[in-house]
Amino acid sequence: MLSPEEVAAIEHEVALYDRKRAACIDALKIVQQRRGWISDEDLRDIAGLLEMPVDELDAVATFYNLIYRRPVGRHVVHVCDSVSCWLMGTEAISDRLRERFGVSFGETTADARFTVLPIPCLGCCDRAPAMLVDGNLHADLDPSRVDEVLERYD
Amino acid sequence: MERPLTANIRPDREPLDIDGYERAGGYRAVREALQRMTPEDVLAAVTESGLRGRGGAGFPTGQKWSFMPRGEGAPTPRYLIANADEMEPGTFKDRLLLEGDPHLLIEGMIVSAYAIGATTGYIFLRDEYRLAAERLRRALAEAAGRGWLGEHILGTGFSLDIHLHTSAGRYICGEETALINALEGRRAIPRTKPPFPQAVGLWGKPTVVNNVETLCNVPHIVNNGAEWFKGLSRTDNAGTKIYGVSGKVKRPGAWELPMGTTIRELLEEHAGGMRGGYRFRGVLPGGASTDFLVEEHLDAPMDFDAIQKLGSRLGTGTMIVLDDRTCPVAMVHNLEHFFAQESCGWCTPCRDGLPYVEQLLAAIDDGDGRFEDLDLLEMHTRHLGPGRTFCAHAPGAMEPLQSALRWFRDDFERHIAERRCPYR
Ligand code: SF4
Ligand code: FES
Repeated sequence: MLSPEEVAAIEHEVALYDRKRAACIDALKIVQQRRGWISDEDLRDIAGLLEMPVDELDAVATFYNLIYRRPVGRHVVHVCDSVSCWLMGTEAISDRLRERFGVSFGETTADARFTVLPIPCLGCCDRAPAMLVDGNLHADLDPSRVDEVLERYD
Repeated sequence: MERPLTANIRPDREPLDIDGYERAGGYRAVREALQRMTPEDVLAAVTESGLRGRGGAGFPTGQKWSFMPRGEGAPTPRYLIANADEMEPGTFKDRLLLEGDPHLLIEGMIVSAYAIGATTGYIFLRDEYRLAAERLRRALAEAAGRGWLGEHILGTGFSLDIHLHTSAGRYICGEETALINALEGRRAIPRTKPPFPQAVGLWGKPTVVNNVETLCNVPHIVNNGAEWFKGLSRTDNAGTKIYGVSGKVKRPGAWELPMGTTIRELLEEHAGGMRGGYRFRGVLPGGASTDFLVEEHLDAPMDFDAIQKLGSRLGTGTMIVLDDRTCPVAMVHNLEHFFAQESCGWCTPCRDGLPYVEQLLAAIDDGDGRFEDLDLLEMHTRHLGPGRTFCAHAPGAMEPLQSALRWFRDDFERHIAERRCPYR
């Protein structure tokens, strides 16, 4: 069940568009922000609120890189794997994550602290390699900087 | 040298607030356009200026706007969308504008919306640009507070609201019709053209989608005129351009420079040349979906026409440099991995072809390739080329591949003959 706050936040977004369903990405993000990911039940509730077919909402939810249809860890680490970061050593970054946390892309650490995912170009190619942690940008990375950054997220 | 787009951007990139922006001459173009010009005058000025879209395709902006139905009985409402979904690998120019001078985009949107008769604007922003979102939200509230947005702007009959839409990360949203589907809350797959969005766009109504950098040029054209705009450039392609360089150069970055600045000047003067120990091997001039250029092209001016003449595209104007110690096969493999992953899956050649191309490249990269694979790759560059797929995603993906097969053929062949990557 969606909470009253979630419903209120979604309705605030609905008002910005000419059609209800246009707020569906916003709605998915609102719910995900509070619950970490979008379960089947959440999906049904949101679809009901926006008066759209559940399948169509699922087609949207599964399309985007930043909507999760499976549980994730407390923090989501997105490592840019696009060309400029790759040229500047993104592989050393993912190797470091694998070594230190025992996770590859798509996996969550055993203590459920981090989920590591690849992400296309973060528009920060002049300061490559780059990654996001919970949406916050960290650039000019090297393996030891990665350790330093992740210490801050427990 | 005049730098209209980035004049307000300070070294720490902290944007001007509305007072600072107005003191620097901001919102003057709104006054000029709404009080002294008709929408047709603004359209004529932009057409006359020769401004071409800065999102990658380079289509003339005035012409794009002119496809909006006009006059009595033309459908309403109409929409203007700022495409701020910057996700082309190697491209980081719009972020500079969005974070560094959000009011300039808003002003550009007001003047442009006036020209095309739009009453609602959306900024379609990628979700990863959090700082930009925060700054845009603040700037939109400030502009509304001063009456630059809302009902009857400057007491005229013109009203405009602008909303910020943050997306959820998918490259294809940069394609204008996929963007419209995304904004409507549908799966972001491209739509057939025609009808073009200017006739049937958002919710079936006339819609213009313009790139951020394109819109940011508009206030300056209104203030200073078409001749001034043409004079900013070193070539026939008008204006300045935000160029960028990434890869193993001494000072990667982005700079606003006259359109037509040469690749060599960008690399050597602005990016400081190659880092110690590395030599220049090639460059993707305008993002991941452009053809490689090599040493013999270094003196080419970076404008739409000159780069096209060399068989590549200006694209977003942000270059990615390949050095002599990086494997070109692996680089193309990385690029095709991106394109295969970001295919929207709507049409078969792209959905099935790109993963196949990626697999062939993975095999060659790993030393498991066969010489026939090169023919298969060549074949795909044709079968996924222009006109074979529903949108330009797959043809764009083929540009770095086809040019790599041409300029770095030896590297492909050595991988196959030696059954290993010679760079590792
Ligand atoms: S070319 Fe690719 S991205 Fe474009 S419509 Fe076809 S499948 Fe989608
Ligand atoms: S390629 Fe990683 S930020 Fe652009």
